[in-house]
Parts: sequence; C-alpha cells; structure tokens
Amino acid sequence: MKQIADFKLVEKQDYSRSVLLRLRSEHPLPDIQPGQFVQVRIDGSPSTYLRRPISIHDVDLQRKEVSLLVQQVGEGTRRLASADKGDTINMVLPLGAGFTMPEKGEKCLLVGGGIGIAPLFYFAEVLNEKSIRPTLLLGGKTKTDLIRLVDYQQFGETFVTTEDGSLGEKGFVTMHSIWQRQSFDKIYVCGPKPMMKAVAKLAVEKDVWCEVSLENLMACGLGACLCCVEDTVDGHVCVCKEGPVFNTRRLKW
Amino acid sequence: MIDLGRGLVLRNPVMTASGTFGYGEEYTDFVDLSQLGGIIVKGTTLHPREGNPYPRMAETASGMLNCVGLQNKGVQYFIDTIYPRIKDFDTNVLLNLSGSTLEDYVKGAEMVDAVDKIPAIELNVSCPNVKQGGMAFGVTCAGISQVVSEVRKVYHKHLMVKLSPNVTNIAEIALAAEAAGADSVSLINTLMGMAIDAERRKPKLSVITGGLSGACVKPVALRMVWQVAKAVKIPIVGLGGISNATDAVEFMLAGASAIEIGTANFIDPAVSVKVAEGIKEYCEWHGFEKVTGLIGALEC
Repeated sequence: MKQIADFKLVEKQDYSRSVLLRLRSEHPLPDIQPGQFVQVRIDGSPSTYLRRPISIHDVDLQRKEVSLLVQQVGEGTRRLASADKGDTINMVLPLGAGFTMPEKGEKCLLVGGGIGIAPLFYFAEVLNEKSIRPTLLLGGKTKTDLIRLVDYQQFGETFVTTEDGSLGEKGFVTMHSIWQRQSFDKIYVCGPKPMMKAVAKLAVEKDVWCEVSLENLMACGLGACLCCVEDTVDGHVCVCKEGPVFNTRRLKW
Repeated sequence: MIDLGRGLVLRNPVMTASGTFGYGEEYTDFVDLSQLGGIIVKGTTLHPREGNPYPRMAETASGMLNCVGLQNKGVQYFIDTIYPRIKDFDTNVLLNLSGSTLEDYVKGAEMVDAVDKIPAIELNVSCPNVKQGGMAFGVTCAGISQVVSEVRKVYHKHLMVKLSPNVTNIAEIALAAEAAGADSVSLINTLMGMAIDAERRKPKLSVITGGLSGACVKPVALRMVWQVAKAVKIPIVGLGGISNATDAVEFMLAGASAIEIGTANFIDPAVSVKVAEGIKEYCEWHGFEKVTGLIGALEC
C-alpha cells in the first residue's frame, strides 16, 4: 500500500555532485521492492511546484528508514540536497514496479551508470538476502562518481569503468572486458538513456534477458496524468506505474 | 448536499478533475472516495487514442503544461473493462467525454447514456491538445451550440459542459451552452501555453504548445467563474488551480456551486478530502448553516 508520509532527515553525507540522505519515518514503512521510487515534495519555491521522483537507494524497515542518493542536476535536487539534518521531508512511496527477481542459481549482472547506480544498492542487498551474489559493473565520468564503491563491493564481484580512466577500466561500461570474459542469465541496468540503450543492444546481441530502469519526466507518479509515457510494443504506457523498470523487449528502442 | 440538477446530487462540493485522478483507483490508498462529491474520470473518446508523443509535460512557475492529447482506450473499453471496476465506488462517477467530430460526441454520449451508474457526462469541448479536437467546438458560440444540442437529443442524464478559457468572452460561450441544453458548465479547462528549453533552443513539449494548469491559473479561473455566474442561471462547477479549502471557498463565493481539484492531486494525493473537510470548517467558522450559502456570496 502506498503512503504519504513525513520523514525526518537523520543523516546527510556529501559527495562531489551528490548527497546521500537517510530519512526516518515515525510510522511503519510499507513493503518496498528494489527499483521502486519515491515522489519527494520540495517546498518553498514556485519553480519546484511538482514532486520529484527519486529512486530508492536503501531501505531499513526496522529503523523505518529510506535512503536516497541524489545528484544535483536542477533546482529541485539542489534544494533537496540543501536540506539540513532534522528537516522534515514529505514523500509518497513506494511507487512503480521494480526489478524482476531472478531465479535461484541465475547469474545476474547489475549495470549502473552515474547516479543510476543508486537503486542497484538496495537491489543487490535484497539479492544477497536471497543468497544471490550478483556481479556489479559500475561506470562514471570520473572516480568521484562511484559513490560508496566499497559498500557496493560487499554485495558481489564489482567492476568499474571511468571515462577519464581515473579508476577501473577507461571508457564506458559497454567497453569493459567483463563482457568478453563472462556470460549472464539476467542483466539489470540503470543509468543515462544512451548508456542503457547501449547495454540493451549488447544484451540483444548476446540474447540475454535485460531490464532497464527509465526516468521519464513525471507529474503524478501514480499513473493518473499519463505524462511520463514510454512508447512500447503495447503502446504508450506510464513509466511511473508500469515501470520504471521495463524488459527491453517491451520497449521500442 | 449540492443539487446540480437532473439527478446529479453531490454529497459535498468537491470533485476531482478529469485527467488528474485517473479512474479513482490510483488514489484509493490516499483518499476515501465516499468523502468526495464526485470523481470525473479520464477524458474518453469514442475511438481509442494513443495521445501525443513524449515529452508531454513541462513544469512552469507554480504550475505545469501538459500535452497528453487524450490518450484513452475508447468508450467501449471504458464500459466493458473499467466501468465494472469502479461502478460501486461510493461517490458520483462522471465521465469526461471528448471527440473530434460531432458524430463521435453523439455516439459516445448515446453509449454512456445506457450505463447505469454514470449520473453525468462532462462534455469536453475544450481540450487544447488535439488537432481538430474538442476545442474547435468550444471556442465559438455556434460550435458549442451545435455539439451541446446534438448531444442533448440522445443524452438524458446530467449534461455538464466543460468550457475553454481560450476565448475572448467566456460568458457568451456559457450562455450558448445553457441555451443548447446544458445542465451545468464547468470551467476552466487548461490555458494554452508554451515552454522553451533555451539551452537546446527547442520546445519542451513534443507538440510545442500545451495546456497550463496549477496554482498559477487560479486568478484567471476565478475571474471567469465570476463572469459566467453573472450571465447564466445553470449551476457552475469551478476549477483552475484550486489547492486548498480557501481556494475552493473563493470559487464558491464567485458563484460556483461545486468545484473540481486538478493538478493539486499530483502534489498532495490526499488534497481532495482535505479540501472537503476544510470547506466544512469554513462554513462552521463563518456561520454558514449550509455549504450552498457560499454560492455567489461575494460582497462587491
């Protein structure tokens, strides 16, 4: 069941272009699936009239906490990143349909690009709880984009690319040598659209099942306004409700 | 109780605007629908429509533009698939009906007339996002007169006509709708607008222009409700930027018998019930025994 709730910012950690926000609710959290997202209310400015959809980075049901990894890209995310410890932040959650859980024994590759690594944290954590150790392939422009790398590494074997070569292999995630060395049953991707399209193309070539997480512009986040549609083999569908995670075979890419 | 005529009686003045509340199902986690006067479900056309390409939305100062373009699966799909799921909601379920030809409106209205638990149609002659869309009918007196009188012949329940603000004199249009047989008018639909991405030197919307909604349109909507209230005798349903109970009361003071909440549903999915509660509190606080006492009570 979805809820609207006030959360208190209990911890904030700054990274170069991003900020990690740990938010605590007074009420029990609903069940949250990896890949689902929240709609955050950003008060105080006419230019942040609508809520901002942000992927869920981590969940701690016992402590009633949700963590968001937010990159500052516009006024909304800048204002959110400037929140102080103790501030109240209103969120609607959990929204959308998350990643499809793999079967036991399947080999999974989680590919994240830039801030798209955010939802893969909770996903990898849940996979570990189900005794699945995924392989992670994380890419960034430069090494400071690879936030919490050490924490990601605990979930499974982790490979890295950076465009400037400051960490891991130089180039894009699709250029990493892992693609030549290993094969996978399921690939999950979150990142910029060109990167996801490139990985999806690789997946098609290798005939591997692949899911991507889209981030189209949204208004309601509930499947009511039909603003965030993606063109699929079933016509225009709401990314906020039927996604944000889609099997690439359903997309007209 | 608000009696809008021809069988449409609302528990309270608050309804949700078409296109902002899905089919009601999307909001049941947040809203007890029995606390609302009614819900007006998505704009529906006789034939299915894919709508406009993405991007369909641009945020603006205290508002948003949309160019969804009436994406829907058609009247028959609504009757067969959606209606059975929502017909037992404990509130009035109104269908917003749109079209691009006179025949489509008439046929659609005929089909909805036969559906038991839809007490009213909100006739959308004001969608700005469809080529040869309903707005062609809604911006001239002759056009609105023609579509309303033809639909009136086949539709026997409450006929609410949703007016476009993209006209020179909305009171004239409202009068034409009244004369052609409308039971009520709702206003305003979105204002035509545009947004540009200066960095890319491109429009932000796929079809360049779209409909503006949200808090920013409220003063325009309020003025139009007031003008129409002075002109027509049929009830008026006011909408445009209503975000809280005070906004709603203002529309009623200007002459609206009921109101619709639109874009504010996106910001607070539970806002509609809060507004209904707030109107009640306003009445108690200001000594109005009945909410209908607010209608047109503006002192000027």
